[in-house]
Amino acid sequence: MMEARKYVWEGAIPLQIHLHESEVTTLPPPLPALILAPRIGYLPLLVPHIKPHFSSTLPPGIDTVWFDYKGLPLKWYIPTGILFDLLCAEPERPWNLTVHFRGYPGNILIPCEGEDSVKWSFINSLKEAAYIINGNCKSVMNMSQPDQVELWRSVINAGNLEAYIRVSSKLKLGTVGDEYAADLYSSSLNSRQSIGDTDSTGQVKTGRVPIRLYVWSVNEDFDDLEDAPQIDSWDKISYINRPVEIHGEEGKCFTLLDAVKSLLPEYFPYKSLNNEESSREEDKDEEKVPSENLSEHVESCYSSDDAEVKLVRIQGIEPKLEIPFSWVVNNLVNPEHFLHLCVCLKLPQVKIPSDT
Amino acid sequence: MSAFPPWSWVPCPKQPWGASASHDVEGYLSLENIILSCYAQEEHDEISCPQKEETSCSEKEELIDIATLVQSNCSKVPYYDLHIIYSASYRVPVLFFRAYYSDGEPLGFNAIEKDLPAHSAKALLDSKWTFITQEEHPYLNRPWFKLHPCGTSEWMKLLFHVDVSVAKNGVTIELYLLSWLSVVGQVVGLRIPLEMLNQP
Repeated sequence: MMEARKYVWEGAIPLQIHLHESEVTTLPPPLPALILAPRIGYLPLLVPHIKPHFSSTLPPGIDTVWFDYKGLPLKWYIPTGILFDLLCAEPERPWNLTVHFRGYPGNILIPCEGEDSVKWSFINSLKEAAYIINGNCKSVMNMSQPDQVELWRSVINAGNLEAYIRVSSKLKLGTVGDEYAADLYSSSLNSRQSIGDTDSTGQVKTGRVPIRLYVWSVNEDFDDLEDAPQIDSWDKISYINRPVEIHGEEGKCFTLLDAVKSLLPEYFPYKSLNNEESSREEDKDEEKVPSENLSEHVESCYSSDDAEVKLVRIQGIEPKLEIPFSWVVNNLVNPEHFLHLCVCLKLPQVKIPSDT
Repeated sequence: MSAFPPWSWVPCPKQPWGASASHDVEGYLSLENIILSCYAQEEHDEISCPQKEETSCSEKEELIDIATLVQSNCSKVPYYDLHIIYSASYRVPVLFFRAYYSDGEPLGFNAIEKDLPAHSAKALLDSKWTFITQEEHPYLNRPWFKLHPCGTSEWMKLLFHVDVSVAKNGVTIELYLLSWLSVVGQVVGLRIPLEMLNQP
């Protein structure tokens, strides 16, 4: 099971970085820089490797580095892999980005002062994850200085998963265990503390999982990702920073689709069943639908059309939606212990009810 | 005389493409274009009763009248926008704010720090519970300043610990927010009139 985590940890995206034309002061203009960017890393951390490539051509002044993709300024605190998964529906290899060393758009992007800003943002997210999982940030705030340094080093030198696990296991952020993920575990992982409450069989009943959900939508179907509309503004992406509450139920696997639907209740108002064997229980479950909120209007609007989850991309892969959510959390989570999900929704065709 | 800037509720559909009806409306409390106490000439503080709206959903949805501040004549007076946004992660309200001069020029962190009441600037540096960072506004895709929520539930528990009736009956959303604001507001120099806190 370490394998999946290793693949994620070592995943990288080839970037082709162009200097913005306004900052090119020499002829011929410099060639773009080619660099392999770790998925779990952050763009500002690449600057020491990129800058030498362009320094001879930059205009005089102080550097304030930022990146854009097709004109969209990139949020530097979002891990590189997530930016790629989100903004390139059809993966572009190499990914062509533009770097700027001047003219930081301070009205759009929060300031970044290099590695320190990224580290601060990372630790902050780790604290938030700890709070979500444990109810307090103590384990992170009480980290020794050497541990903090080692943790950060293991992230920015993205090859070092062993060092990361060594330090992060002290944070007691645990793994999500349920009977569906248990088969996939190696014995070494079983000894780690579990998130949430467990019953006598060790099956997790409840727990909060840190999630960052990025949702974009389309109105029409598309067969090829190439035809998906380009995201040209952050206002087109709905960012939802909310934990998923796992409620373990006997005999029922909490899937990735269940998790996504629980984060977007307004699109999936009915508790829908996605296991084939559960279809027999559909009749029983109809009674569970809360009736106080249902008006005829709502019923006819949502009668057969929930929104459709067209795409869920995590660490560059698109798992089957029936996959146990616990496996996804344990293997695809980022080093700051958040699971980042890029979701494309096809919106329902809302039927306007006719007045009778 | 002074006008009353009531807080207003700004609903935010989660989806920028204009979603159909949500069962659970998200949004934030907003108070904008105000001048904070350090610059105001407070000869008359008018106090009004807090209005209690029915809270049909779990999000904090109400109007709070607070003592308002008379405008000063100083031209380089910073204006503040304050938003109170619920954090699902920390399960507490979080204060977001930004400041700008009357010509629209935004204040950076250093300028804001100078503008804050002297005691709170020191509190900022000393306290691990309340410190200010610059982060992206959860809904507006722009950089705002945020009062860090990490310790909120700790000191909120302390606040309510002394009140026996609270321990027995729990606390209404209005009282929670008022108490929260009485602490948080001190950081930015926002004052809550005592009369409000004595409302049943």
